[in-house]
Amino acid sequence: MSPHGNPDAPASTATEINRDAPKASPAPQEHHDRSAWGLWEVFVRSSRGLSHVHAGSLHAPDAAMALRNARDLYTRRNEGVSIWVVPADAIAASDPDSKGSFFESPQGKDYRHATYYTKSEGVKHL
Amino acid sequence: MSTAHTNPETTGHGDISTGVAGGDSNASATRITPGNALRPEDIALEVRTGLVKPSEDIAEYALRLGDDALILAQRLGHWISRAPELEEDIALGNIALDQLGHARSFLTYAGAAMTNDDGSARSEDDLAYFRREHEFRSVQLFEQPNGDFAATIARQFVVSIYQYLLYRRLTESTDETLAAIAAKAVKEVDYHRDHSAQWVLRLAGGTEESRKRMIHGLRTMWPYVGELFRDDDLTQRLAEAGAGVAPSSLREDFDRLSGEILAEAELEVPDVPAAPGGGRYGKHSEHLGYILAEMQVLAREHPGASW
Repeated sequence: MSPHGNPDAPASTATEINRDAPKASPAPQEHHDRSAWGLWEVFVRSSRGLSHVHAGSLHAPDAAMALRNARDLYTRRNEGVSIWVVPADAIAASDPDSKGSFFESPQGKDYRHATYYTKSEGVKHL
Repeated sequence: MSTAHTNPETTGHGDISTGVAGGDSNASATRITPGNALRPEDIALEVRTGLVKPSEDIAEYALRLGDDALILAQRLGHWISRAPELEEDIALGNIALDQLGHARSFLTYAGAAMTNDDGSARSEDDLAYFRREHEFRSVQLFEQPNGDFAATIARQFVVSIYQYLLYRRLTESTDETLAAIAAKAVKEVDYHRDHSAQWVLRLAGGTEESRKRMIHGLRTMWPYVGELFRDDDLTQRLAEAGAGVAPSSLREDFDRLSGEILAEAELEVPDVPAAPGGGRYGKHSEHLGYILAEMQVLAREHPGASW
């Protein structure tokens, strides 16, 4: 029963209790599907004019609400001037188990760094 | 954080404003900068140093607006840890804190024209914690129970449009402090307006159950809408002086803005009889006493306690 009573059936006096009045709001459904709200990843661009940086994630029913939730969760302390939200399942991520083949092959290849090479004579502004 | 930037004044905080810089003796209620908005402490400082002192009319007006915001903040605070989702919990908590901020500013200013029984100046805390039910000036809509989520959204829907229209006009007040409080508040309630409108649309367009609850929520809150727009001698005097806003002059815009959202949600403006009202004169529904009991008990049990 709603704490407001039912506006369609005003409160009755004690002598004339309206037992047939419909209940204001039905009992809530027992099953609550929490997976209904999808997961979103949040990217915030700070006011310093850098790129958007991943700030965290949140749940929201749709993109518009995800942006608003992101504003409430991640820019409370004036952290940003722009927010992106992306459905978490739209992000393709590298496999953490394939670290070796994926990320360790550049190791030892110092010729890929500019510092590997000796500066040519007479070249300015290097 | 950019490593090239090592100015000691900004190291650690970057461009994030902490608001602390505004607490100096140069603070002014009328100085509004993007990262350094007016705080209740700034108003308290101006009151203490005698820079501002509202007339009796303005103080009563500020008391009304402050009580509206205070009671709403207390109501919304009850949702914390109880909202349907964690994200919504924080959203409602944010809105409650915004309202509490407005209440602090208005009550601090109102207190500047009042003294306690022992002759001391009345602070925001004196007004919030040591007044009795019939001394509160909030209209009855603000004290209405949270009900279910849809009922709270319905109350927010009405309140946020009303406060948005009111504060927008109040930024042009001839009273500089009221104008400054409104200038800060209007940006915040504009967001509250968006928040409630988003939810009205979603609940109305969601499931059969959510739509039924949204309709019910609107019907339970709508009897208290009329009281928001009722003029009296005080608002008339202040409106003529340019310091306040005649509540009735906001009604047309309210009907238009609320009507647009309701139409988009394919909802009708509820056709329910108006409640008698009287909150502005201390006549409250049965709910306010319980709110005050919970809100005031700690301060009354331990007067002057701090933690």
